[in-house]
Amino acid sequence: LAPWIPVVGLEIHAQISSNSKLFSGSQVQFAAPPNSLVSFFDASLPGTLPVLNRRCVEAAVMTGLALNCSINKKSLFDRKHYFYADLPAGYQITQQRVPIAVNGSLSYSLCIDSKMSQMVTKTVRIKQIQLEQDSGKSLHDDTRCQTLVDLNRAGVGLMEVVMEPDMCCGEEAAAAVRELQLILQTLGSSQAVMAEGQLRVDANVSVHHPGEPYGVRTEVKNINSIRFLAKAVDYEIQRQIEELENGGTILNETRAFDSKLGCTVPMRDKEGKQDYRFMPEPNLPPLILYDAKSLPANMNHQQVINIDWIHERLPDLPSVKREKLVEQYGILPEHSFTLLNEDGLAEFFESVVKQTQMKPKKVIGWILKDLLSYLKQHSLTVKESPVSSFLLADLLNLLEKKEISSTAAKQVLAELWKGEGKTPLEIVKRQKLELLQDQKELEQICQAVIDGQENEVIMMVLG
Amino acid sequence: QKVSVEVLAHLEHLALVDFRDAEGVERLQKAIQFADQLHEVNTVGVEPMDSVLEDRWCLYLREDDVTEGNCTKELLENAREKVEEYFVAPPGNIPLPKLEEQEAFLQGS
Repeated sequence: LAPWIPVVGLEIHAQISSNSKLFSGSQVQFAAPPNSLVSFFDASLPGTLPVLNRRCVEAAVMTGLALNCSINKKSLFDRKHYFYADLPAGYQITQQRVPIAVNGSLSYSLCIDSKMSQMVTKTVRIKQIQLEQDSGKSLHDDTRCQTLVDLNRAGVGLMEVVMEPDMCCGEEAAAAVRELQLILQTLGSSQAVMAEGQLRVDANVSVHHPGEPYGVRTEVKNINSIRFLAKAVDYEIQRQIEELENGGTILNETRAFDSKLGCTVPMRDKEGKQDYRFMPEPNLPPLILYDAKSLPANMNHQQVINIDWIHERLPDLPSVKREKLVEQYGILPEHSFTLLNEDGLAEFFESVVKQTQMKPKKVIGWILKDLLSYLKQHSLTVKESPVSSFLLADLLNLLEKKEISSTAAKQVLAELWKGEGKTPLEIVKRQKLELLQDQKELEQICQAVIDGQENEVIMMVLG
Repeated sequence: QKVSVEVLAHLEHLALVDFRDAEGVERLQKAIQFADQLHEVNTVGVEPMDSVLEDRWCLYLREDDVTEGNCTKELLENAREKVEEYFVAPPGNIPLPKLEEQEAFLQGS
């Protein structure tokens, strides 16, 4: 049987973190009373016009720069037409002809083995980033044969990030999306919480034999977490391989991932190829961005977006933060990944290091093995940890000064975890965990043990 | 060049318009012929224009402030049907009559 090469591309929609919507002044907020965050424009009432939100443009430029894209100094808006109850205008304003950013790349890392001891770096090309409107939300009421529509989300700004089909499996797709999520959160351009719909991923999957052209691809939607993304992609790859090996064909269709059954199913309402009848948005002129060289002399600076100004103010991206952690503290690259993967863990680690004499290379073990496993066991975030960085540093200092053994330290940590307000020293004293430092006292104890076990001692001496 | 029945059906499905009878279709034909006159202009090497105002039409950038919304009652006044504070729509998209049915209809008129 000839080998199969799976090909995976991704279309990711990230909700822009802004106070108001992309083209109107209504508020952006999750979980508000239905239709309370809707302006006349969002409801598509006649006579309303789009007005572009500056913050949304800045968010897209930041994201484009962080993903090594070329920023298009002139980009255009278009209308994408289709009918659906949650799209009151009958079209979405997007950037189909010339998007705001193109030709970037994203580097991400994968563990070769399950022990996380060997990592490999991969890159996925970013085809483009475009600004577009989000649609409202439809709630399907099948019993009463109707759809309830809430337009609170209609018009919220989105950045669509298109990743080229450079990935080959669920694990790669998941790792790429995870890294993108961390970058967006670091930039603040999107909070990228998948559970709240701030980050939505559609996967394009196909398989082919080496040397042959790409196979027919399917689009997989309704993926609600990074874990499900990996599952959905891997399932779809398998499904296509089985279908083709049984002599079947792959339809160019849209499928939904069913997380309960762990499989993909064809989606109704999406049969046949869509014709969106793209046309330029007549109510919006081109979006012009400037850099230090092209900055106009006498324009109101609130109306000017300077790409270089934004570039200079980009924060350290996750990859840079990881490098700095490795360089500054002498920890392994794998460690830096885990530190950045948990919200607040890197800061916690650095805080402990500041407050203890123990070397960072030793501290990291306590953070990643002991603290993190406690947090995971109890489903707590770093912020919710009953053991503060201060308490942990205090404990590690006792260990470092050899006042307690490593085993005793673990016992103390277990006690600290209860969060009863006791200090490490108090716990050590109460449980009598101090290491004996007095040589004479130690000799006396050893002698007593030997005296009490005469027979065993004789057996040992005789060999 | 006549517009085929398939293209007509496709357009009706996409734009939810109804060409209704032969006269409607003829009007469409004439509109296309009128627009086709644009092809007589040689535009080789000419950048498409976005607006006759060219550089003078600057895209206005709005500050990211919340200035609208909170008018649920007013918006729902336009709704024929509502459930609590939701708009009500039919379930999914209702398919249009199939091509064969339309063809018969057009031939009849």
